[in-house]
Amino acid sequence: MTLDFTPILPFMIVAGAALALLVLDLFWPVRLKWLTPLLAAASLLAALVVELGQANYLRAGLSNMVIIDNFSVFANAIFICSGIAAIALAYDYIQRTGINHGEYYVLMLFSISGMLLMSTAADLIIVFLALELLSVPLYVLTGFARPRLDSEEAALKYFLLGAFSSGVLLYGIALLYGATSYTSLHGILSAVSRGTADMPLVVVGAAFLLVGVAFKGGVVPFHMWAPDVYQGAPTSVTGFMSVGAKAAGFVALLRIFVVAFPPVAVELTSVMNFLASLTMLIGNIAAIGQRNIKRMLAYSGIAQAGYMLMAFVPFGNKAIINDSVASMIFYLAVYAIASFGAWAVVVAVEQAEGRGLDIDDYAGLGRRYPLLGVAMLIFMLSFIGLPPTLGFWGKFYLFRSVIEGNYIVLALVGMLASLISAYYYLRVVVMMFLHDGANITVRRNWLLSGLVGVSALAVLLLGLMPGPLFQMAADALLRL
Amino acid sequence: MNLDTVFFLILAAAAVITAAGMLLNRNAIYAALFLILNFATVGIIYFTLSAPFVALTQVTVYAGAIMVLFLFVIMLLGAEKLPYGEGSLRTQRLVAIGLAVVLLVEAGYFMLVKQPGLFLNPAQAGEFGTVEQIGRALFNIYILPFEITSLILLAAVVGAIMLTRIEKIQRAGQTGGEEQR
Amino acid sequence: MVNEFLPIGVLIILAVALAIVVPTLGYLFGPRRYVPAKSRPYESGMTPFGPGTRRVSVRYYMIAVLFILFDVEVVFFLPWAVVFKELGVPALIEMGLFALVVVVGLVYAWKKGALEWE
Repeated sequence: MTLDFTPILPFMIVAGAALALLVLDLFWPVRLKWLTPLLAAASLLAALVVELGQANYLRAGLSNMVIIDNFSVFANAIFICSGIAAIALAYDYIQRTGINHGEYYVLMLFSISGMLLMSTAADLIIVFLALELLSVPLYVLTGFARPRLDSEEAALKYFLLGAFSSGVLLYGIALLYGATSYTSLHGILSAVSRGTADMPLVVVGAAFLLVGVAFKGGVVPFHMWAPDVYQGAPTSVTGFMSVGAKAAGFVALLRIFVVAFPPVAVELTSVMNFLASLTMLIGNIAAIGQRNIKRMLAYSGIAQAGYMLMAFVPFGNKAIINDSVASMIFYLAVYAIASFGAWAVVVAVEQAEGRGLDIDDYAGLGRRYPLLGVAMLIFMLSFIGLPPTLGFWGKFYLFRSVIEGNYIVLALVGMLASLISAYYYLRVVVMMFLHDGANITVRRNWLLSGLVGVSALAVLLLGLMPGPLFQMAADALLRL
Repeated sequence: MNLDTVFFLILAAAAVITAAGMLLNRNAIYAALFLILNFATVGIIYFTLSAPFVALTQVTVYAGAIMVLFLFVIMLLGAEKLPYGEGSLRTQRLVAIGLAVVLLVEAGYFMLVKQPGLFLNPAQAGEFGTVEQIGRALFNIYILPFEITSLILLAAVVGAIMLTRIEKIQRAGQTGGEEQR
Repeated sequence: MVNEFLPIGVLIILAVALAIVVPTLGYLFGPRRYVPAKSRPYESGMTPFGPGTRRVSVRYYMIAVLFILFDVEVVFFLPWAVVFKELGVPALIEMGLFALVVVVGLVYAWKKGALEWE
C-alpha cells in the first residue's frame, strides 16, 4: 500500500503547525508569546506556497478520498489568505480585549485546516469530518470572550444550531449511502447513472445535504442564528467566520452538486432557485433595519450567501456549469477581500467593552480619518457591486452566468436585492462623511491599517483590471 | 416464529420500554439511567445484526462515555427534577401526539400491509461488519478520515478546557497574560 | 458468528443471574431489623447534611470530556489490534499518528491544570 500525501500537503502543514504551536505555546515563557501568531502566519504562508505549486496538478489521492484540481487550489488560496488576514485582524484586537491566549491562533489553524479539506473532499465522509473540524474551533472562538455574556450566548447558539445542522447533514449522507451504497461522489454518480440507486432517497439525501450546509452558510430560512452569533462573537472572529466558514461550506456543496447530483437537477434546481432569491431579498431587507454594524454586516453576509447560491442554480446544466463555477469562485474571492477590509475597519473603530459598534458611532469618522473613510466607501461600493470596484465585476460575471442559464427572474431578483442593499451600505458612508459625531478615537495599529489599505487597494486596482483574477477563476475548473 | 424472531421481539420491546421510561421520567437522573439501558439494548440488537463492532462502540462510547457526560451535565446544572404543570407545552404535546399517531400508522402500514414480514428478516451482513473487516477498511481506505477524527477530538478538548477555565473569571478584563499555574 | 461470542453471552447471563440471586438469597434468609439510622443515606460514616442534589463542580465535566477522548481512542485501538499483524508497520505509523494527536490533548490538559483539583 503506497500513500500519496501530496493532495493534502497544505492541510498537513497547517494541521501540523497547529499541533506544534499548541504544545509550544504551553511551554514557552510569556515574553515569547508573540511568536505564536508569527509562526501561525508563517505556516499559512508555507501552505500557500505549496498550494499554489499545485496549480494545474490534477490528482486524486488517499483512496480517492480527496482530489485536487484548480478549483480546490483557488478555493484553498482564498482560505489561506483569509487565515493570514484573520491573524492580522486579531493580533491587536485580542490583546486589547484581554483574550490574548495562544489557543486563539491554534484553533484558527485547526479551522483553516478543515476548510482546506472541504474544498478537496471527494467523499462525503471527508465532507462531514472537514466540516466538523472547521466548525468545532469556531464554536470555541465564538465563546472566546468569556465571561462576556453575549459571547457565551453566541457560542451556545452557534454550537446548538451547528450540531443540529451537522446532524441533518449526516442524515443526508446516511440516506445517500443507503440509496447508492457509496459515500464517494463518483460512486454516487455511477450508482445513479447505472440505475441501481433508489432515486427518491437520493433526492431526499441531496436535499438534506443542502439544508445542512445552508444552515452553516446562513441561507434564509436557516439564517436565524447568524446575526446573534456575529454580534456576540469577538469581532476578529466574526470577520474570519463571515468569510471562511461560509465560503468553505459553499465550496464543498458546489463540488458535491456539480460532480454527483446532476441527475437530480430536475428536482432540486427550483429549490436552489427559491433559496437564492429568498436569501438575497430577506438578507438585504433585514439589513436595513440594523443599528449595530456587526448585525448589519451579518445580514449583508446572509445576502451575499444568496448571491453565491445563484451560481448553484444551473448545477445540472453541463453547458454553462463551468462559467457558473468560475463566477461563483471569483465572487467568493471578491467578497473575501472586501469583507476583510470592512471588518478591519469595524475592529479599528470598536472601543473598549463593545462600544463603538453602532452605526451612529461612525458619524464624522470619515472627516477626521479621511483614508479610513475612503477605504470604507470602497468596500461598501464593492459590496453593492458598483464600478470601478472589484465587486462590480463579481456581480457582473455572476449575473451573466445566471442569464446564460436562462434564469431571468432570478437575475432580476438579484438586481432588485442589490438596489435595496445600496441603501444600507451607503448609509454607513453617509454617516461617516456627512454627520457630526462624538469623538471616537480610531485604533491605530500597523497590521490593521495594512489590512485595510491592502484590501482597499486590491478592490480598487483589481476592479480596474479584473482580467487576470477572473482568468484564474475561469481556469479553476472542477474535475468532473 | 423461530428463535431469532423471539429474541428480536424481546429486545425490541425492551428498547421501546426503556425509551418510554426515559421520556416519561420526571427525574433527569433516572431518565439518563433508562437511556443507558436503552443504549445497551440497541447495542445487543446491533449484535444480532452481525455488527459486533458497532455494538461494542455503542456500549463503550454511548452507554459509557457519553452517558457519563450526560450525568455530569445534569448534576452540573442541578436540573434533576422537572417542574410539574408546564402550561405552554400543552398544545405542542397534543400536536406531537397527533403526529406520532400518524407516524405509527404509516410505519405499521408499510411493515404489516405493504411489505409484510420484511421487518422480521434483517439483512444479514455476514463478514461485512466484523471487527477485522472494519480494521482493514479503517487502516487502508479510511485512513484520512481516521486521522481527521483525532484532530477534531483534540480541538474539542482544547475548546472544553478554554471554555471552562474557572479562575479566569476573576481576572477577566485585565491583561491577557497566560495563566502559568 | 454468534457462536464466537457465546462466552461473552454466558458471562453476561451469569453476571445478571448473580446480581439477582445474591440479593434474593439475602432477602429470603437474612434477618430484618429496621432502625432510623439504617434508612439514612450513607455518607462514609458522616452525618448527612443538605439535599442530595447539590450542583457539582464544572471540573467533573472536564474529567468526563477527557474520558470521552480516550474512550474513543480505545474504540479505534480494538480493530487496529485485531488487524495489526496483517497490516504491519504502516498501521503502526497510522495509529502512532493518531495517538500522538490525542496525547497532545493530554499534555495540553495536564499543563493547563485541567486535571488538578484545587
